[in-house]
Amino acid sequence: MNNVLFDIVFKRLVMGIFILFGVSLLITLGVEALAGDVCSAMLGQAAEPSTVAACQAKLGLNDPMHVRYWHWLVNVIQGDLGTSLANNREVSEQIGKRLGNTLYLAGTTALFAVPIGILLGVIAALYRNSAIDYTISTTTLTTISSPEFFLAYVLMAIFAVNLGWLPAISNVSSSMSFLERLEVSALPVATLALITIAHMMRMTRASIVSLLASPYIEMAKLKGLTPGRIIVKHALPNAWSPIIQVVVLNLAYMIVGVVVIEVVFVYPGLGALIVDAVLNRDLPVIQGTAMVFATAYVVLFMLADVLSMLANPRLRHRR
Amino acid sequence: MSEKLLEVKDLLIEADIDGEWKPIVNHLSMTLERGEILGLIGESGAGKSTFGLTALGYAKPGCRIQSGSIKLDGVELVGKSDAELRSIRGNKVAYVAQSAAASFNPAHTLVEQFAESPVQHGNMTMAEAVKRSVELFRQLDLPDPEHIGERYPHQVSGGQLQRAMTAMALGSDPDIIIFDEPTTALDVTTQIEVLGAIKEAIKERNVAAIYISHDLAVVAQMADRIMVLRHGNLIEEGNAREMLANPKEDYTRLLLNVRSTRESRYDHDEEDIQLKVENITARYPGTTIDVLKNINIEIIKGKTVAVVGESGSGKSTLARVITGLLPPSQGSVRFHGRELTPDLRSRPKKDLQSIQMIYQMADVAMNPRHKIKDIIGRPLEFYLGIKGKQREAHVLELLRQIEIPADYADRYPAQLSGGEKQRVCIARALAAEPELIICDEVTSALDQLVAEGILDLLLNLQKELNVSYLFITHDLAVVKAIADEIVVMYQGGVVEQGTKAEILEPPFKPYTELLLSSVPEMDPDWMDNLIERRKRGEAPTAESIAQAD
Amino acid sequence: MKFLTGIWDDLNLSARIGLGIVAFFATFAIFAPWLAPYGESEIVGDVWEDFGYFSGEFFFGTDQIGRDLLSRLIYGARNTMALAIVSTTVSFTAGAVLGFVAATMGGRVDQFLSRIVDVCISIPTLIASLIILSAVGTATSTLILVIGIIYALPVFRIARAVAMDIEVMDYVEAARLRGEGLWWLMSKEILPNAMTPLAAEFGVRFCFVFLLIASLSFLGLGLQPPLADWGAMVRGNADGIAWGFMHPIIPAACIALLTIGINLLIDRWVHKASGLRDDQ
Repeated sequence: MNNVLFDIVFKRLVMGIFILFGVSLLITLGVEALAGDVCSAMLGQAAEPSTVAACQAKLGLNDPMHVRYWHWLVNVIQGDLGTSLANNREVSEQIGKRLGNTLYLAGTTALFAVPIGILLGVIAALYRNSAIDYTISTTTLTTISSPEFFLAYVLMAIFAVNLGWLPAISNVSSSMSFLERLEVSALPVATLALITIAHMMRMTRASIVSLLASPYIEMAKLKGLTPGRIIVKHALPNAWSPIIQVVVLNLAYMIVGVVVIEVVFVYPGLGALIVDAVLNRDLPVIQGTAMVFATAYVVLFMLADVLSMLANPRLRHRR
Repeated sequence: MSEKLLEVKDLLIEADIDGEWKPIVNHLSMTLERGEILGLIGESGAGKSTFGLTALGYAKPGCRIQSGSIKLDGVELVGKSDAELRSIRGNKVAYVAQSAAASFNPAHTLVEQFAESPVQHGNMTMAEAVKRSVELFRQLDLPDPEHIGERYPHQVSGGQLQRAMTAMALGSDPDIIIFDEPTTALDVTTQIEVLGAIKEAIKERNVAAIYISHDLAVVAQMADRIMVLRHGNLIEEGNAREMLANPKEDYTRLLLNVRSTRESRYDHDEEDIQLKVENITARYPGTTIDVLKNINIEIIKGKTVAVVGESGSGKSTLARVITGLLPPSQGSVRFHGRELTPDLRSRPKKDLQSIQMIYQMADVAMNPRHKIKDIIGRPLEFYLGIKGKQREAHVLELLRQIEIPADYADRYPAQLSGGEKQRVCIARALAAEPELIICDEVTSALDQLVAEGILDLLLNLQKELNVSYLFITHDLAVVKAIADEIVVMYQGGVVEQGTKAEILEPPFKPYTELLLSSVPEMDPDWMDNLIERRKRGEAPTAESIAQAD
Repeated sequence: MKFLTGIWDDLNLSARIGLGIVAFFATFAIFAPWLAPYGESEIVGDVWEDFGYFSGEFFFGTDQIGRDLLSRLIYGARNTMALAIVSTTVSFTAGAVLGFVAATMGGRVDQFLSRIVDVCISIPTLIASLIILSAVGTATSTLILVIGIIYALPVFRIARAVAMDIEVMDYVEAARLRGEGLWWLMSKEILPNAMTPLAAEFGVRFCFVFLLIASLSFLGLGLQPPLADWGAMVRGNADGIAWGFMHPIIPAACIALLTIGINLLIDRWVHKASGLRDDQ
């Protein structure tokens, strides 16, 4: 790797760390400032003032903001996200278990959504303005336009209710074998895949097609190359940057955007956890989960930028 | 062989213009013998590129071959399948594009792209192709021919890329090469070197060529026979030497005569120094290289100073410093003896009004969403407080001055031709009633005949209004036409400055001589003679200048 | 009228279909009180009565507490679309103004605004709105403000990028050289040229906002009952699906159909605006 590229990548990494820091500040302070008097809200209007005071002391709400943030940060670095207000369990433990489930969902989806998405994009670009392209483009436009729960309920109605092939509820547990797990999570995976495939396909197609007007593509035509070779050898290598961007951003979406899908299928992931926490106003859990989501987001965004820089031939081979 | 190598007959090509098919090549025919070089010449919109590319059986996106016949070596190309056409392209007929920088794929090395045609067409193995690339790179005078192929396009200079593309075209031993304005994007001193290399390579291999260009002087150096095209029609066709010596058509005569020189009106008595650039050194923010080094220039009231140089000479940066867009790191700009503030934002309105600017690309110099009357009217309102009916009257007067019909006032820029747009930009500058107008390559984007009209207009306006011009250009023909005084720039410094007579007549300084000698002349023997003289060391070359520097 | 037919002629088939869909829903939204057979929260039948279509009493049957589903859908169109339009407008006003300011002024102002947005945008939209709404409540005005601000961030980025592209044009430089002030540069030089890409972007963002609102209502943080809202209707009827009732699919399908319509309408436009053209 050359120095200039290293510099750019390094700068992006440093910026990512700063952003992560800013995000943690925003989440901890923002949540607490907005939540106002959590204790009286949680304990109800009728609670004794002494109980409320004790609750506030327990949460450290009497300390100044910067002290609270500092305590929180020190604890987070030690892996301690506090205890849940709802059930007194360790937040980090709860998140740990759920994060595994969410990552499983994202990972399984990515495994086949990424290759299918890119392949469909290349096919649509190759046969652009044909019936195949039109079909692929219209279908994907439909899936990206629909709310997740529409696709989820349609799949559920067809495969779980009418055909009865798959379970409607995806209550995975650690005791399940791999195949059992796969069967139980098939519907949420399919829903997630439909959406992400559509995004990746459209971006791949658009990136390739936008390059087809370049002079070097005309040159390739005039060298007598076949359309397939032109797309694969001449357009695709230059389209990698935007494609990588959209793939990684979709990975981020698979982790973060599953909230609704998890709720529909009652899947025990991070998304369902934060929704429960929000409805219970369980502050430590909200903070912890939001932090995990934001971290995943920041890290993946950073990865997207760095990878697309690495994929750019002009940056990779400097003078 | 009795049969012609290429025989195009009665070809009609139509283009989709706003949903309507309109002819852009109007029943044209051409023939090409083995080893012959045919020049296609015309202004933009002449259809010369579209016509030239028919030898590949290719119609540009949005165009279609409507009728006619294209016979290559006796084989009809019209109506052939894509697969059959592919077996010809890059194999029997090869193509060299205008911008090599854009036409090489940035993702692959030069040799990979060189080898693609011969290997894909099954003429060579990869190893043979690599061997041949070295041979051809050497013949086209590329430095380090053994290893330059391993580089990526952006790692090689523009002139070298253009040679590499010619080498690539020669790679699979084609019968015909189509050159589509291959030197138009290059600096004038680079152009002659590339032209020389191309001519030698194709002559030696006895390859036939179609050479497409807007520049008659360039075509004159290359072609055996010339076809002059205009609006998709043939104006004149004939032997190159005969046509240049004795053009039959008025249009050809016009193209031949555009580079006329106007007399110098330089008057030494008048010493009213209007603008003085003193010891300016400047660099762009965040960089460490001085793009201007210690520049001193004076502009006399009512005169034209031409700043001439190639790309990278710093001539446009000089305009940015004078206008205050780029505050210099050292030195000052004085206007009538008074120092102007370096940064535009702190300049009083009066100073901004006195110095106006006209840009190279009139398209992007005017807001596409503003009407002509508002574009011209805004400076009237802004600087002079002229509003309403009065403003309208002033706008009409300005339109008359730039010879544009009054009803154009209500049009948008997109409804105007290139030359008309540039005239409106001139009117906008004039509306401010400036003392100095900076013209940054104002004619380079225009066809020669249109550019002539703009230059005439600028000179007439100068006579009428006694305004001074700082004329920034790379085109020596323009300099000859309009300058009173000339400043020659090279790599951020001034090489030479003086009156037109001092600069353009011997004795020359070496760089000025290189520049002057590199401008193509209408004489078909000009290039061959010049290259001969350079080989004998009688004329400076880019290399000798760089070494002396 | 000529202007309108001009636009119609300019549309391709899919854009025309999109326009038809949008007009269809817009009609129901605007004339809801006249078109709905029953009141918005009137209980008129049993729980989950079956679809009657044109012959039965209730076109789409009744919902989980016996309200006419079709009437709820029609009022829901009105509520949900109005909320989305107002929120999107808020986000565009705030985002575009700040984006233009950042692009035109450049330097520290740009740095400052961009860094703040960089940080804020790193919190996923749905998560951010969940957290904020759980804290500040879900009054309609609060919803509008929160969603408007959250979506002002991406709009800021887009508006800034669009303005930056225009900013480098010679005509903007010419206006600067003339000595024009910030307001002129923004309103007369940049804005007129940014309108086309921003209008297309408005459509895209409207879809996002619309889907976000639907998701929030689905999760119980949107418009509050008894106001009809498509997302909340899906959630409310969701349990029916286990018994084979298709009731929750209907409002979900409405959401999907409207967003598809908008996307069809603006698809080509977005491509044109972003320079992604299908040349050959």
